[in-house]
Amino acid sequence: MLDGIFVGLGTAVMPFNIMMVVVGCFAGTFIGMLPGLGPISAVALMIPITYGLDPSSGIILMAGVYYGAVFGGSTSSILINAPGCSSTVVTSFDGYPIAQKGQAGKALALAAYCSFVGGTVGAIILLFAAPALASVALSFQSGDYFALMVLGLTAVAAFSGKGQVIKAMMMTVFGLMIATVGADVMTGVPRFTFGNIDLIDGVSFLLLAMATFALTEVIMSVMKGQHLEKDPEINMAALGSMKLTKEEVKEVAPTVARSSVFGFIIGVLPGAGATIASFLAYGMERNFASAKEKLKFGKGALRGLAAPETANNAASTGSFVPLLTLGIPGSGTTAIMLGALIAAGVQPGPRLFVDNPDVFWSVIISMYFGNLVLLILNLPLIPYISRLLAIPRQILIPLILFFSITGVYLVSFNTFDIQMMVFITVIALFLKMLDFPMAPMLLGYILGDIMEQNLSRSLVLSDGSLAFLWERPLTLTIMVIAILVLVMPLISKVFGKKKVA
Amino acid sequence: MLSKFIARNKVTLLAAALASTLSMGSANAAVDDIHFLIPGGAGGGWDGTARGVGEALTKSGLIDTASFENLSGGGGGKAIANLIEKADQSHGTLMVNSTPIVISSLSKVFPQSFRDLTPIAAVIGDYGAFVVPTSSKYQTFNQVVSDFNANPRSVSIAGGSARGSMDHLVAAMAFKAAGGDARRLKYVAYDAGGTAMAGILSGEAQLLSTGFSEAVVLANAGEVRILAITGDERSSTAPDVPTLKELGYDASFVNWRGFFGAPGLSDEAANEYADLLSKMYDTTEWQVVRDRNGWSEIYKPRADFVAFLENQEAVIGDLMRELGFLK
Repeated sequence: MLDGIFVGLGTAVMPFNIMMVVVGCFAGTFIGMLPGLGPISAVALMIPITYGLDPSSGIILMAGVYYGAVFGGSTSSILINAPGCSSTVVTSFDGYPIAQKGQAGKALALAAYCSFVGGTVGAIILLFAAPALASVALSFQSGDYFALMVLGLTAVAAFSGKGQVIKAMMMTVFGLMIATVGADVMTGVPRFTFGNIDLIDGVSFLLLAMATFALTEVIMSVMKGQHLEKDPEINMAALGSMKLTKEEVKEVAPTVARSSVFGFIIGVLPGAGATIASFLAYGMERNFASAKEKLKFGKGALRGLAAPETANNAASTGSFVPLLTLGIPGSGTTAIMLGALIAAGVQPGPRLFVDNPDVFWSVIISMYFGNLVLLILNLPLIPYISRLLAIPRQILIPLILFFSITGVYLVSFNTFDIQMMVFITVIALFLKMLDFPMAPMLLGYILGDIMEQNLSRSLVLSDGSLAFLWERPLTLTIMVIAILVLVMPLISKVFGKKKVA
Repeated sequence: MLSKFIARNKVTLLAAALASTLSMGSANAAVDDIHFLIPGGAGGGWDGTARGVGEALTKSGLIDTASFENLSGGGGGKAIANLIEKADQSHGTLMVNSTPIVISSLSKVFPQSFRDLTPIAAVIGDYGAFVVPTSSKYQTFNQVVSDFNANPRSVSIAGGSARGSMDHLVAAMAFKAAGGDARRLKYVAYDAGGTAMAGILSGEAQLLSTGFSEAVVLANAGEVRILAITGDERSSTAPDVPTLKELGYDASFVNWRGFFGAPGLSDEAANEYADLLSKMYDTTEWQVVRDRNGWSEIYKPRADFVAFLENQEAVIGDLMRELGFLK
């Protein structure tokens, strides 16, 4: 193994490959920053280029583009509340409020540090434990995924403000309902499509996120007349400042550590991925927070930004485990990379690091470089990028509308998606005026789809018996944790009251 | 600021590219330009086929330019409706499609069928394959069949698409030919081939029904064993794998990928496209593309293609009726 690492190190430090990492990270960050264009589009754009390269360089370039895009996606989430890809949707929950407080530079810098740590920790775990983790990931069956999604749904409280638990639950159910639109994965039967052919593929997550966050947000601000207000004096120095105080670093450090490991594990599972990891990490972080800190989530909590940003990068790295060691793509992006690898004559699978040690290890080692390059590339740019917010509102608002709508259109090239987006925005505006939170709906949507698929699969496999919920120790353990998370606050409340009495 | 500026430029470029492809659709005397309509998103099987064929045609100099348009939606129905609606301006357009167009029109996912378009040619094909993990107790397909015939519910069959779609129908076809009751098949649907593969490796399902090219990748990696393929003859990529027919089960299936022109396209123009595609096979540029993707060639032009489609529709239609997916 040590030999392999040295071979890989040798390949990764070749000037050309280092250049590939730099170019890939830069291009990826850039494409990722555009709302709507995420890692899938970025990696797909690179395919024709990789044909001319040798396999290691090609995959290094694509890997660079991949985490560059995941990283870049957070920039538009933080600055204009319009996520560049689905894995950075959660980043906007607390990242955008921080930027609105005039601390955009701080938010972007924190995101950069968190991405760096998440990606690096991920790469280290990958280096030492990839084959072992692959077999753990493979032991996950449909019932276990179902239990995991139930656990994820218990995080709904994390996405609701004070005294809004009922509203948050209603919105979660709303999200679960939207997830059922379209052809059912199990039976192929179209549901709630009203005979409309455009609804067969369901509602895209990115579209939903853009409509309920970016569009709703700017239209609200227009309705409140904020676009007419004179722009508040913006303190350019503060806006661009990336300084984190010692207390703040102390506050987020444990969060980053937890989320790196957690995100990586979720990323390794072929049926989950970076988006699920970011949602779950956010929910978990809020559960760890004290009652007082819990209130800050959603209003600009540093921990609320750090958790998903760390987790999505760690999970992106984690998703290379099933890809490289088993040849199983865990996400759309890694599926494209699998195609590129095979086209280059590289056979991913358990024998990859025996047959092609240079490819295997150079990819992993270039991940360290990639994360380092991302940090070095992006930190100096942050003061400039964050000044974007200093653009007068009359210009910024139409720009956000323009980029959000074109971003959604460029994914599917289907004009129906734009109509759908407007329709959802109108509904979201009403809900927002009535003070319903949007985030729980996204949580319900993203988990609902996977939860339903795995539930119906489990039921088919067990011939309709619910016994799968407790027959396997893994499923049972996750279910018990889910129930504990739900019940613990109630118990502590009851006991707390008794003490007072 | 910088990013905004370049970002805007990028979108303008895209818009310009789109505009130029749209205007290209009308010109068509001798075939110099082809506009490929892809009914799904970037990175999928249809996308790869259209872009691969376009690359071979342009690089070999058979045509000057190829442009591509992705139009996803409605399981491919959106693109078909679009091609029919704009038929008059789309004589320079070829739409890529595959076996699901037959299945989807049978199950009325969309109202049109291949008859509403001008079939040009089937170009490449992929056989179905039945796969078990290396650790499985099954060494031959016959063993799976005898377990299935003893108790159909004892064998769970995973596939990367919904009930009633390709992976399910191919499995049903095989077990029916083996004398089993296809209606009692325990088919477990996954959202993609990759997750279905994870399904058999996790042990929750025993057999995977998938495409041969996808299966061969993991078989080479040593994780799975291919028990049988649905071709009429063995494949040169995996010469040890028997066909269903050899095992004594009279069933065969090929998932074709091919091209369609707009309705009302003249026979002359359609034949010209078909000729063009047949010339492509001999070019070295095509061989590069083909080997890179692991495709097998099946050239069925015009009338052959229509006859093939009609036969496939009849066979699949009977099967779907028997399984209760059609009335």
